[in-house]
Amino acid sequence: MIDTLLFYLDFPFVRYAIIVGTLISLCSSLLGVTLVLKRYSYIGDGLSHVAFGALAIAAVLKVTNNMLIILPITVTVAILLLCRSKDTRVKGDAAIAMVSAGALAIGYLLMNIFSTSGNVAGDVCTTLFGSMSILTLKPTDVYLCIILSAIVLVTFVLFYHKIFAITFDENFARATGVNVNFFNLLIAIIIAVIIVLAMNLVGALLVSALVVFPALSAMRVFKSFFSVTVAAIISVICSLVGILVAILAGTPVGSTIVAMDIVAFLICYLTNFIRNRRV
Amino acid sequence: MNNNVNINPTSLVTTPLLKCSNLTLGYGNKNVVNSFNYEINAGDYLCIIGRNGCGKTTFLRGLAGVLHPKAGKIELRDNLQRNQIGYLPQITIAQKDFPASVEEIVLSAFQGKSLLLPFYGSALRNRANECLALTRTENLRKACFRELSGGQKQRVLLARALCAAERLLLLDEPVTGLDPESTEMMYRIINDLHKKGMTIVMVTHDVEAATKFATRILNFNNLTFPANENVMPDSVPASPYTLKQISV
Repeated sequence: MIDTLLFYLDFPFVRYAIIVGTLISLCSSLLGVTLVLKRYSYIGDGLSHVAFGALAIAAVLKVTNNMLIILPITVTVAILLLCRSKDTRVKGDAAIAMVSAGALAIGYLLMNIFSTSGNVAGDVCTTLFGSMSILTLKPTDVYLCIILSAIVLVTFVLFYHKIFAITFDENFARATGVNVNFFNLLIAIIIAVIIVLAMNLVGALLVSALVVFPALSAMRVFKSFFSVTVAAIISVICSLVGILVAILAGTPVGSTIVAMDIVAFLICYLTNFIRNRRV
Repeated sequence: MNNNVNINPTSLVTTPLLKCSNLTLGYGNKNVVNSFNYEINAGDYLCIIGRNGCGKTTFLRGLAGVLHPKAGKIELRDNLQRNQIGYLPQITIAQKDFPASVEEIVLSAFQGKSLLLPFYGSALRNRANECLALTRTENLRKACFRELSGGQKQRVLLARALCAAERLLLLDEPVTGLDPESTEMMYRIINDLHKKGMTIVMVTHDVEAATKFATRILNFNNLTFPANENVMPDSVPASPYTLKQISV
């Protein structure tokens, strides 16, 4: 098995997949903690559907670099969803559900009407479940991913305490003079970037798994914000194992990674369960 | 930034600290507080009472700077700075299940001082420990917030407010949902702080305690805001108590 693995690692596309997989799962797990605790778990799902819709628009417009369309649209929607005041007519969860379903429908509609290839169903399936995209990355995709991930990581480390303060208590942070609006905006932008990146890895439908699972697993076992954030890095291990298993067993990459995340969650759940019974 | 809690109480008597003039606060199209004039003096222990929905919490949010006035203004007098005001909001559902240590929560109070460091210095840590000691939670420093009792949670949040507060503390129903023992402890801590020179503004439903401890009481039931159809319909029976800004 080791031999087969080494054989595959000789291919650049496998190395690209591993680099991108590690970076994306690291970024999404860090921000995932904040999103889950702010009760925005569903935002990952909603935004990934928006990214799917944007991808369809990019395909229709035949743009060469579709990131130029996807990133601005997703960032805009993220800002609209995350930075609204709490007292608007359409409540947060309803707005996300609406945008999510709407973007998915429009995306599929566009792909059907303006289909460029003979296999629309196959294209849609690839975008939604990311079955192949991570294994067909070009060097430019990898560089873009490295740069964006580096920006996300630096921002997170730099503003870690501010992010904690507004995650725990937005009102208090505002009262003590933290620029809450600015940081909410920053979080929204970072989240949108991560989701667009993660779409390459696991596909639009499974993106929220990358955001939500590591945080939920870590929250079972760890008791401080810092340890939960650090422990969310188990997601990196899940992604690596998932990619390797997918390559060796020929399973779809995205769903294999998510399956690994589920296993990690169950292990954390059981650890916590057993620990509580012993006390 | 250092411990300014021990201010000499006599030096602060009857200087206005906060002045609200023609203050209007509300959400969306609704005005909850309308053209309200009020002054809070240094050294006050002010209790705000009134029935649910009459605007007590909204008023406090306005004072804390969380809610911006729709009209009128809140002036900080006597050289009071925004970051010298501590605020204890009502606990939210999300916080009850939040994985964070007490230390992390209390230290987060300093984020308003616009520091961008990944670590807190020893001066801030000492100040945090002092505030934990003042609220009798120093032994909980490493504990996990979601595993604390209601009373302990409330005292930890008070410690956080205290870290930010040097002169004024705004407390939103600090004893709601606490058992009698925790309630008594909370009142004792707040009293001690007041004696040390802290100005206290507290929203509460506990009228008995308010009359016992406060130096002033503001009854929102007796305030009639002009041109306001959203609050206090006439059909609601009048409150059984008739305290209006009395001095005890």
